[in-house]
Amino acid sequence: MTKPHLLVHDRKDNVGVVVVEGLMAGTDMLAVVTHDNSEFRISAAQDIPIGHKIALKDLKADETVWKYGQDVGKTTKDVKKGEHLHVHNAKTKRW
Amino acid sequence: MSIVANFDLVKDELVSVKGRSIEAPAFKAPVVRTKKASSMDSFMGWRRENGRVGVRNHVLMLPLDDLSNAACEAVANNIKGVLAIPHAYGRLQFGADLDLHFRTLIGTGSNPNVAAVIVIGIEEGWTKRIVDGIAKTGKPVVGFGIEGHGDIATIARASYVAKEFLQWASELQRETCAIEDLWVSTKCGESDTTTGLSSCPTVGNMYDKLIPRGIHGVFGETSEITGAEHLCRERAISKEVGDRWYAMWKAYQDEVIEANKVDDLSESQPTKGNIAGGLTTIEEKALGNLEKIGRACKFIDILEPAEEPKSGPGLYFMDSSSAAAECVTLMAAGGFVVHTFPTGQGNVIGNPIVPVIKISGNPKTLRTMPEHIDLDVTGVLSREMTIPQAGDALIASIIRTANGRLTASEALGHREFSMTKLYRSA
Repeated sequence: MTKPHLLVHDRKDNVGVVVVEGLMAGTDMLAVVTHDNSEFRISAAQDIPIGHKIALKDLKADETVWKYGQDVGKTTKDVKKGEHLHVHNAKTKRW
Repeated sequence: MSIVANFDLVKDELVSVKGRSIEAPAFKAPVVRTKKASSMDSFMGWRRENGRVGVRNHVLMLPLDDLSNAACEAVANNIKGVLAIPHAYGRLQFGADLDLHFRTLIGTGSNPNVAAVIVIGIEEGWTKRIVDGIAKTGKPVVGFGIEGHGDIATIARASYVAKEFLQWASELQRETCAIEDLWVSTKCGESDTTTGLSSCPTVGNMYDKLIPRGIHGVFGETSEITGAEHLCRERAISKEVGDRWYAMWKAYQDEVIEANKVDDLSESQPTKGNIAGGLTTIEEKALGNLEKIGRACKFIDILEPAEEPKSGPGLYFMDSSSAAAECVTLMAAGGFVVHTFPTGQGNVIGNPIVPVIKISGNPKTLRTMPEHIDLDVTGVLSREMTIPQAGDALIASIIRTANGRLTASEALGHREFSMTKLYRSA
């Protein structure tokens, strides 16, 4: 099996996790959904460190971030498909 | 510089470790020959007087209080092989905080990884409370009070006993024990997104396989369930246990977090290390954390910090801090003998009496600090290893550790013994 660049927990998720070191902008990434082993491809819009998340589609500010098929917070800014999603553009809804 | 070795070197010269100023020899370790392949059904342990089974055979120097650390350490210096576990507390505590102090010390001494205990305290009253608590296990235990004698005489008296205990313990033999005699705890640390994808589900798969075999398991980290509390509540064996769990979690949330927080817990939950590893919110961290209890396991009861399970085999939740050393100390005091510790960014924690098995799936951590990791599950991220395969590898690692193989944290001398303190002393 080809090694994936990106793992996604659940089909409902709108973010995936980079699982390779040194991912460069423009990489045509192989993404695997761990829940059902389905595959798709998506292009990285930025250099993104291993373990960090990428938006799987265009998200507006204040949209729910889904991971593990669960609500894990919200965007605080617009995030484009393929861009880095982290504390600079997303946060918990709790506090 | 040449190296003389009776094993095969991969290269016959020193190689530099990438990105570091030190040089280390790369070598292939000699193969350990065992009479038979290790089985998933049994391990070699020490059966104690009360029937519980340990996987280590420590003779402990246990200080009642901070003042008695020096004497305990002096005895451990006199009698080589005796283990002192200094800590910071034990004076002017009261109420639930004092109860927890006693429960932690008595539980630590009672843990089956401990063969015998010597307690030293500043005075004899509270020292005797610890001795009496540990004595219920039937193992050898004595206590000494310093007042009226001074450090030097106390150290001398305790050293004679420590020598006898150590020599006695050194003759105790391991015996074949069934897998259900194992009590295995879990808590993760320096989590990142890879722990939720690989190392935490590896532990979960292990529990899904071994809990039905009759082991005792425990998870905890009350604050780190925040964000997945609705899912955790559903993993209770019954509505009654789930309701009790939720009341415990909510009380922690209201009495500790809401009462004391000055900001939004950013940089504590998630921690700076978590954020560096890619975790953005407390919910995301909690969902990864909860992967440690697998798919099928239900927890059967809720334990106070450092409380020993009393409801038989199965998975328990212990109300505990999420700080690594505090949590593992509490679980060890609850009687658990092997700890499984998933890490992403590379937590280096160990425990003085319980072997801590580190599991990581983060390839960067395996590259930059491999000496801390016992089980490499990076194959889960590259899809070269399935979660069930990783779970089997962890079970094999647990059995080897129980049989006596030292974990990375033991070899590196990590002996973090951290008492949980509930509030200020009087």
